[in-house]
Amino acid sequence: MTPEPDISIRIFSEPQLLASIRSLIDTLATGLGFFEKNRCLMSLAIDEALSNVIRHGYEGRRDGMIWIHIWRVAEPRGLRFVIEDLARKVDPAKIKGRHLADVRPGGLGVHIIKETMNEATWEARPDGGMRLTLVKRLTDEERQAIESASQGNASQ
Amino acid sequence: MNQTIVVERTSVGAVAVLKPRGDIDMARAPFVRQAITLVVRDRPPKLVIDLSEVAYMDSSGIATLVEALQVSLRNKITLVLVGINPRVQSAFEITKLVGMFTVKASLAEAMAN
Repeated sequence: MTPEPDISIRIFSEPQLLASIRSLIDTLATGLGFFEKNRCLMSLAIDEALSNVIRHGYEGRRDGMIWIHIWRVAEPRGLRFVIEDLARKVDPAKIKGRHLADVRPGGLGVHIIKETMNEATWEARPDGGMRLTLVKRLTDEERQAIESASQGNASQ
Repeated sequence: MNQTIVVERTSVGAVAVLKPRGDIDMARAPFVRQAITLVVRDRPPKLVIDLSEVAYMDSSGIATLVEALQVSLRNKITLVLVGINPRVQSAFEITKLVGMFTVKASLAEAMAN
């Protein structure tokens, strides 16, 4: 059985709420030891996921519901996100990042999500809407930095 | 909650300079796009977009800059980006689009021929 999330939030599909979510993720990731670049990219990936729900799922409507559940995961340490909505269903097989040689605005969000996160899985919810599961783990370098810091603290 | 973004417009000789102040995300990218559209109508020989006050940019912001580049090329305007901070640079790098743009470290460098 999946344990309860460490954090669960429900937001409306309003673009102006995204900045608050980015701040939350940055703070959480800082506490876990993610380096700045990875914190930034993780916030960006979650932002892109939420933007896609607003833009494509709810087609710009601002009264749609989006649920964000966050777990701290161990071994290897990281964060797991589940983003759920009640928007229109999309065939997960059709969710693809566009080819980057095709230089045009738009379609970058899925590419950013797949490049940034260790896992990204889209699925249709049985009760309607979509569920996106994302996992981001600490890199070896980040883990070593945490170990070095804790050894330094222990020797003091 | 403030959804808008201030986009300061100045001119240095014939060069137009746009300086957005704030995050460029899904909520705010349309305001930046509108500012770019207004500048392009005046057909300056060069448009410098100063990003030094932009702490965060998502794919909407990057898409806006790609559009700016395309419209600049069509109108024979030289587009130069300046003042990209490391966080915004990360977003550019992951989309592999940074090489499309002329990027300068400082406004003085961007102004030079």
